Amino acid sequence: MQKTAQAKQSPGTAAETPPSILSVNNIEVIYDHVILVLKGVSLEVPRGGIVALLGANGAGKSTTLKAISNLLGAERGVVTKGSIEYENTPVHASSPDELVKSGCIQVMEGRHCFEHLTVDENLLTGAHTRGNARASIKRDLELVYSYFPRLKDRRNSLAGYISGGEQQMTAIGRALMSRPKMILLDEPSMGLAPQLVEEIFEIVKQLNTDQGVSVLLAEQNTNMALRYAQYGYVLENGRVVMDGDAKTLRENEDIKEFYLGISGGDKKSFREFKHYKRRKRWLA
Amino acid sequence: MLFVLETVISGALAGIMYSLVALGFVLIFKASGVFNFSQGVMALFAALTLVGLLSGTIPFTNTDNPALALPVWAAIPLTIFVMFIVAVLIEKFILRHLVNQEHIILFMAMVGLTYVFEGVGDMMWGSDVKVLDLGLPQGAWDWLFDTHDLYVEKIEMVAAATAAVLVTVLAVFFQKTRIGRALRAVADDHQAALSVGISLRNIWIIVWSAAGIVALAAGVMWGAKSGVQFSLSLIALKALPVLILGGFTSIPGAIVGGLIIGIGEKLVEVFSGELIAAAFAGLIEIDPGVFSATENWFAYVLALFFLMFRPQGLFGEKIIERV
Repeated sequence: MQKTAQAKQSPGTAAETPPSILSVNNIEVIYDHVILVLKGVSLEVPRGGIVALLGANGAGKSTTLKAISNLLGAERGVVTKGSIEYENTPVHASSPDELVKSGCIQVMEGRHCFEHLTVDENLLTGAHTRGNARASIKRDLELVYSYFPRLKDRRNSLAGYISGGEQQMTAIGRALMSRPKMILLDEPSMGLAPQLVEEIFEIVKQLNTDQGVSVLLAEQNTNMALRYAQYGYVLENGRVVMDGDAKTLRENEDIKEFYLGISGGDKKSFREFKHYKRRKRWLA
Repeated sequence: MLFVLETVISGALAGIMYSLVALGFVLIFKASGVFNFSQGVMALFAALTLVGLLSGTIPFTNTDNPALALPVWAAIPLTIFVMFIVAVLIEKFILRHLVNQEHIILFMAMVGLTYVFEGVGDMMWGSDVKVLDLGLPQGAWDWLFDTHDLYVEKIEMVAAATAAVLVTVLAVFFQKTRIGRALRAVADDHQAALSVGISLRNIWIIVWSAAGIVALAAGVMWGAKSGVQFSLSLIALKALPVLILGGFTSIPGAIVGGLIIGIGEKLVEVFSGELIAAAFAGLIEIDPGVFSATENWFAYVLALFFLMFRPQGLFGEKIIERV
């Protein structure tokens, strides 16, 4: 069944569709009328690609994703400049449910499972926009369980009581139930053991190749993200400061030093570093 | 013994009437985390609307035109429709603008809404006490009285049956349907619900309409019993202890809480004086009559007790804590 889905996807896409499924042009986001969080962010996600959005805490990764999925409104944020095009149509004014219907869904940071609903029910809420198409929803439920076999054992447990990794899987599986063409994946590695992070990234990669789902991935775990993405953008203080192929980024000296924790060739002397630190202590 | 049984039955039936009001609170609290202070006034407003339609009152004029009087079978659906419009207006003018605000802000908005409801209800239908005559059976249930010597009012039996039907329908709706599942999802985490494409606006309109229908049921029962007047809105205050006992998010909790409070307060009212007097007999002379009128505050004492030992209520959602 996975194979047929792939076969259906591949011939049409290459021929007539434009290269990018999502393009963000120079957007600015303001929270609560005063706090400028994004100061002109532009990015492109090619159809069927995995693009990483990198950066430290507070760089604006989540805000960028929420601006695209239009979840900003619920947080009193607003896109004041620039444009966002999904499938070549501006989506600035579409509500989150309209976007989900047209195939663009966000998996929120921190998993956000419905704690008092069972895993099964959590997954079914993902199919909310598909109405009452019972048979096909049931088929997709089994498909999700085939990707996440360990969820199947826990399908009747409350989502509040399953492990963090299982919750992340539930959140991704829930998004899959809407039959997305584009997933905005926010920090899937947060608070998970390295082995689980790897497992989850493998599944995302597999979904990408099997189902042709495009992925925009916001991650702090730069190393992991650049292993699975083809292209990456680095955000700092609400601006894109660097972008390039995953390979180029991986080999960039600054990225190595600041995000991967691998220092470059000419090491700074430890004494110099100490000196710098000492100068900051003005009362000593 | 028969007298105790009679007290318990009448307490249970009064409790069911509280439950009807508490049910409306639970619906809205479950789906939006909003404590709808105006549920009692909504019951009053629904009952006023129904009486107005039945007697052909022209809104805002305070005059009756018997020619416009509607029959019961038309007036009830029309009242339900009015409650739906009210739900749409509340979503459009209040909830939509206060999304994601502090609880206290929403609570204040609800307090405001209460007074708006009351004022508009007065303006539309007049402030005099009205009689609601739906042809509901009145008086004692003769059969039970004749055969078992028990005095049970018919209207209370009707209220109990109505509550049973409402609860069953709501429980099935919440547990088994797509919309019900979406409602529970919104109750858990409304941001996540938004992210999977559940439209909060539709959900709010649905729950407020449902609460409006429950309010109508409560308004009809209380109105038929004691007339449609302002004091009807005060039954909301009796629903508060019921909610604390049963849990703010539980539909069965609203019913069980109502029963416990209804039966408890009747038993305490009737027997506490005598029991206390008997307990101290020989020591001090106690007049049993002193321990009367406990019906008004017993429920709150019980609620306080619950707040201390089981704050989520009997059936409240488990507070999930992960370690």
